[in-house]
Amino acid sequence: MTGTILFTIACLVALGLLFAVVLYFVAQKFKVEEDPRIATVESILPGANCGGCGQAGCHAFAENVVKAPGMDGFFCPVGGNPVMTKIAEALGRAVEEKAPMVAVVRCQGSFANRARTNDYDGYASCKVMASLYAGDTACKYGCLGKGDCAAACKFDAIHVDPATGIATVDQDKCTACGACVKACPKGVIELRAKGFKDRRVCVMCINKDKGAVTRKACSAGCIGCGKCAKACPFEAITVENNVAYIDFSKCKMCRKCVDECPTHAIQAVNFPPKPAAPATPATPAAPAAPAAPVTPEKPKPHEENV
Amino acid sequence: MKKTFKIGGVHPHDNKISSAAAIEVFPAIETAYVSMAQHLGAPATPVVAVGDKVKVGQVIAEPAGFISGYVHSPVSGTVKSVGPRADIAGNMVPHVEITVEGDEWMEGIDTSDTIVKDIPYSPEEIIAKVKACGIVGLGGASFPTHVKLAPPKDKKAECLILNGTECEPYLTSDDRIMRERPVEILIGGAIMMKALGVTRGYVGIEENKPEAIASMQKAAAEFPQIEVVVLRKRYPQGGEKQLIDAVIRRQVPSGALPIDTGAVVQNVGTSLAVYEAVQKNKPLIDNVITVTGSCLPVQHNYKVRIGTPMSKILEVAGGLPENAAKVISGGPMMGRAIANLDAATVKANGAILVLTDKETRRGPETSCIRCSKCAQACPMGLEPWLLNKLSRAGGRYDELEAERIFDCIECGCCSFTCPAGIPLLDMIRINKAEVMKIMRSRVKK
Repeated sequence: MTGTILFTIACLVALGLLFAVVLYFVAQKFKVEEDPRIATVESILPGANCGGCGQAGCHAFAENVVKAPGMDGFFCPVGGNPVMTKIAEALGRAVEEKAPMVAVVRCQGSFANRARTNDYDGYASCKVMASLYAGDTACKYGCLGKGDCAAACKFDAIHVDPATGIATVDQDKCTACGACVKACPKGVIELRAKGFKDRRVCVMCINKDKGAVTRKACSAGCIGCGKCAKACPFEAITVENNVAYIDFSKCKMCRKCVDECPTHAIQAVNFPPKPAAPATPATPAAPAAPAAPVTPEKPKPHEENV
Repeated sequence: MKKTFKIGGVHPHDNKISSAAAIEVFPAIETAYVSMAQHLGAPATPVVAVGDKVKVGQVIAEPAGFISGYVHSPVSGTVKSVGPRADIAGNMVPHVEITVEGDEWMEGIDTSDTIVKDIPYSPEEIIAKVKACGIVGLGGASFPTHVKLAPPKDKKAECLILNGTECEPYLTSDDRIMRERPVEILIGGAIMMKALGVTRGYVGIEENKPEAIASMQKAAAEFPQIEVVVLRKRYPQGGEKQLIDAVIRRQVPSGALPIDTGAVVQNVGTSLAVYEAVQKNKPLIDNVITVTGSCLPVQHNYKVRIGTPMSKILEVAGGLPENAAKVISGGPMMGRAIANLDAATVKANGAILVLTDKETRRGPETSCIRCSKCAQACPMGLEPWLLNKLSRAGGRYDELEAERIFDCIECGCCSFTCPAGIPLLDMIRINKAEVMKIMRSRVKK
């Protein structure tokens, strides 16, 4: 009995050694020469394989960045500037710092602001819903709130708020990989500059309908009145197709547009509270406005959303 | 053994509860909202301005492309506005709003009931008349009929099949017109056969409409070139490709058009519209709409002018019952839920179906158990479970194309039959559009 066991063990060990030797020579013979820098770069990368950089994954990114002559066109949104600086150091290249970005859901059509005109009881997916009809409100541009973005996010940074029915971004977790931007069938989500001290100003609406139609559909929609564009001293705001857009590379965050906007579609976030004085002249203007069917009551800003 | 198509198909309960209701002429409306997107293809361009007086049958919009069509005023009155208005899906579509004043018809339209049998027109004249009267396929897809009657030069039509299957549950509008106006339908068929230059015609009717079959067979005695084919009941027999298979035993190859088999399929409603257009000069300004649902006390088949708001039809039909949960335009299998009841009817609207919460509720979704019911039910021979899997994986368009996702006719048999409640069609539909877009861009290059 013991002899059989010993014989088996000896045989297996001998076979193992034989294969090890064969494999060693085969490995030497068919060795693939890979630039050692690829491994170095890959070890610096976060390894999320999210594809946010536009490459197939972290390894593909490392391969291509090593092959490329410079750092142009390569940016890991997850690692951001620190990772890019490290990679540049490892490769002995110079890198330009990129402004950090964040995903912004440009819609404030919460249950309170945007009345539901019908109930959707189909499959809970924005893509399916968008393929069937305009949506469950009178606004066919806004967030559908079925969470395709949340399903696409690999960093747990975007969720549909059950209280508002709108997707909200956790700016600390968001890496601006752009997966949600691609997942959204309505194109509501945009990657915008995170801003100095995370402060930023954004038009929180993409409704291209005429002002009256928008206003009927949602109390926080951009009606394309153009007051913000006139108020902007830096020509950062353009109004096209009845909707305003702030070019964040030109915006100096003076927040004049925020005060002008009659529907509060323009939102500023992470700013310290304003001193009370400049707000007073704006208030008497409100009662002077004709009694609109929709009272432009200031909607609750979704802080982490902007 | 009665004929039917070879592969796939399901047997939903037919629920033809409104089949006994004779066609009633819908009462006059106050305002008509005429959509410019009444047909497949480019929306028509309005040619009337606010304040213009229009008569019934007057052209109010002209085609804006090859696949497009004329739109005529369904009422007489004054144009109140021209602009976007929400359709049943809530999308903004250009509409012409007309305030109704009296009921004055254009000269030259024969509104009498006399049946005109002689066809003195040449094929070109027939196609021109069909185009001028804005006839579109009334089976649901609303493809402009004049385009279908003039197949490309290299394709030869051999026969015409009139589609009287009405395989969707609940719908009875085709059933009613086959019972009430069989001779006109067959003359319409003869007109289209003349336009196509074919000598063989068929009418495919499912066996669950015995009165329609009897009435059509009686009328067909005078039309030796047209044969009434009784088909077994099976959904989706009314699909163009399935009907060709069922009636003349020819299969449309993947990616090919029905005309490649030599068959041209037209709905019986279209045939009636063609008869009225060619023999009576009457443009397509009204259609028969079934208003039905188990929760409605009375079922109706109304002859409704195009541009009548859905809410108005429901109001006249007796109002929405309390337990109504969903209103569908079309049948329960392929119809679309109406998101906006103020939307007006278009040429191809065949039914308004009211369902209760119990009837519409979806079961919970569970895992696929590979039972292959969907693959057996698919009339196009696809594998819905695989398409669903690839669709959910995201971005696998080349594999989806290899699995012929573009052949899907969106009949819903797979979702209907799935015991796991998987929304197979929903998943296929979202990626089908994407794959077709990629395929088209490749052709352009």
